[in-house]
Amino acid sequence: MENLKLIISPSPHVRDGDTTPRIMFDVLISLLPAVAAAVYFFGFNAIRLVLLGGAAAVATEALFQKLRGKPITIWDGSALVTGILLALTVPPTLPSWMIIVGSAVGIAVGKQVFGGLGHNIFNPALVGRAFLTASFVGPMTAWTGPFDTITRATPLAVGAARASLPGLFFGSVAGSLGETSALAILLGGIYLFYRGILDHRITLGVLGTVIAMSFLTGANPIFELLAGGLLFGAIFMATDMVTSPYTPRGRWIFGIGIGFMVMLIRTWGSMPEGVTYAILFMNAVTPLINRWTRPRIYGQGVQRG
Amino acid sequence: MSLKTFFGGIHPKYAKELTAASPIEILSAPETVVVPMLQHIGAPAVPTVKRGDEVLAGQVIGEASQPISAPVHSPVSGKVVAVTDQPHVNGRSVLSVVIENDGQNKWVDLEPHYDPVQLDRGAILDKIRAAGIVGMGGAGFPTAAKLSPPKDAVIDVLIINGSECEPYLTSDHRLMLEYAGDLILGAKLLAKACGAKKIVIGVEDNKLDSVAELKKHAGAIEIVLLDTKYPQGGEKQLIAAITGREVPSNGLPFQAGVIVQNAATAVAVAQAVRDGKPLVDRIVTVTGSAINEPRNFLVPIGTPIKHLVEAAGGFKEEPGKVLVGGPMMGLAQHGLEAPVTKTVNGILALSKAEAVVPEPMPCIKCARCVDVCPAYLLPLRLEAFGMHEMWDEAKEYGAMDCIECGCCTYICPSKRPLLQYIRVAKNQIVAASRKRTS
Repeated sequence: MENLKLIISPSPHVRDGDTTPRIMFDVLISLLPAVAAAVYFFGFNAIRLVLLGGAAAVATEALFQKLRGKPITIWDGSALVTGILLALTVPPTLPSWMIIVGSAVGIAVGKQVFGGLGHNIFNPALVGRAFLTASFVGPMTAWTGPFDTITRATPLAVGAARASLPGLFFGSVAGSLGETSALAILLGGIYLFYRGILDHRITLGVLGTVIAMSFLTGANPIFELLAGGLLFGAIFMATDMVTSPYTPRGRWIFGIGIGFMVMLIRTWGSMPEGVTYAILFMNAVTPLINRWTRPRIYGQGVQRG
Repeated sequence: MSLKTFFGGIHPKYAKELTAASPIEILSAPETVVVPMLQHIGAPAVPTVKRGDEVLAGQVIGEASQPISAPVHSPVSGKVVAVTDQPHVNGRSVLSVVIENDGQNKWVDLEPHYDPVQLDRGAILDKIRAAGIVGMGGAGFPTAAKLSPPKDAVIDVLIINGSECEPYLTSDHRLMLEYAGDLILGAKLLAKACGAKKIVIGVEDNKLDSVAELKKHAGAIEIVLLDTKYPQGGEKQLIAAITGREVPSNGLPFQAGVIVQNAATAVAVAQAVRDGKPLVDRIVTVTGSAINEPRNFLVPIGTPIKHLVEAAGGFKEEPGKVLVGGPMMGLAQHGLEAPVTKTVNGILALSKAEAVVPEPMPCIKCARCVDVCPAYLLPLRLEAFGMHEMWDEAKEYGAMDCIECGCCTYICPSKRPLLQYIRVAKNQIVAASRKRTS
């Protein structure tokens, strides 16, 4: 027992098994049902956009880090998540070069210029999507129906009266790649919740507010929940850990704020859909929410006996 | 029965099955014992013996010099061979009395008391103080001092802490099973000493056999089942779980009308008041994947760690880390020379693979540290303040309310050493306030 080489480090000496790359991997797993639904309804276009979106994001991250002389961290999986998330929010007919540009902008402008993983203010996938929507309005709103290539109006543009609710639930409607099937999105959401990644306060805050405001504005709450990118946004985009508040109360406020903005845009705005901008807006005020919602510390404000 | 608990906390791998079924074995003292003069919070004891002196077991070898201090007794009979600085489990060198054990086990005359509950408060406190009893759960606050809050404080509840929330450790578990009667007596004496009308023993629900044993002796004492969750045994968390009260920030439990004492402390109090026996031994769990035969020992204080490891069959493989205490708050050792003190409840040897310190990644603000923090802090912010030397901000965000349980570092998926930076900030805040007042 002489001459032991013992490691000296401060406590704690054990760590939880979960890691950040594992969290990213779990998000990828949770997207599988949505990707599968996209492939089922939109065929080769879905495969093309998901692969290109993911690859472009990873390549941009590697290139950016190489140029800056920083360690290349593409293996943490976060860039791949961003690229695939973006691909699932674009129309199936989007040209290949556009998804590449969108992914690159999302990673470069939305993430790397802030300092990379953990430092960005805005959800990088939504930065890419906002860039594409602003730059290429036509292709970004060319919704084709499932199983065909004819451009149709999305259910949100048509309105609740003519929409098929079962169609919205299972996904046989026109829309973005991954956003049409509520069922596939919910399956992914359940997995994320089970793995402790999805914060229910954010998702329930968004969905609950949309339901409440539907009653106030006379809209059909089920339609509002299922149509457009709301469910996808509430489950996969708003819950992005980096860009949402870290305080317990802040997460409720963040979710409620997104739901409120979505309904504001849908009801009175000039666009049929507003999930992207609602989340980006709330991303911007997240540092303020964090500051205003600091939890009460144990023992503070307690009367001294 | 519904389980009581606190907000936050974690569920680490407990690994208590390694030793939970191992009865306490009495380990005789080695040829030489090393008894540190500092085994508690407060001023070190002052040696009352010198090189060459003959001592008896139970004899005072160091006396308390100040109100917050505790006397130290010899665990063996024999001859003092040195009074010098020796390795200590806290990593530093501490003035210690080194005694060569003559193997005779000759004791001083003890003063037993056959009806200890009839003693008055002052007499009980005197016996506790004279026996050198300190909090045996880890912190080592002198027990008599803890039982003597300011005169205007009203203590209505005494909590006996039997939660033993640290993974791996089973010394309190075995103690509650095998010394249930002593524990109950100790609890009654402690309650009398602090004037508490109500006694509650809190035990986590992974030790139901101990609960059954305690109930046989408990009488009017309430035994509360607690959720098995770390840090359930943290003083503030235990008080919140059992009474629903909070200890004021920067305050002490008596300000919430509560005094908490560890289960092992209660047993030591019973033995001190009833048998007149000073605190010269304690129960230690020797465990971990690098230990051949993990088990529990009753060992004389002053026994070097090495002796305990040998008694547990030695190392199965070369350990990567040897800890005193549990894996959440234990102290890493650089050798095996340091002796067992009054506060050492476990020796944990981790394998080389378990001991690897992971590489940190960027914080992704998942806020798991916020969700688990039992002090309701924002550990990710405090870590950043500590890293960027923003001491004022760290103070404003409650760094001083951190109990250093380590839940934040444990849970972090990016493997960041959050607690390490919070400790840096706390040290700087304390240093700055000292500078201001001096």
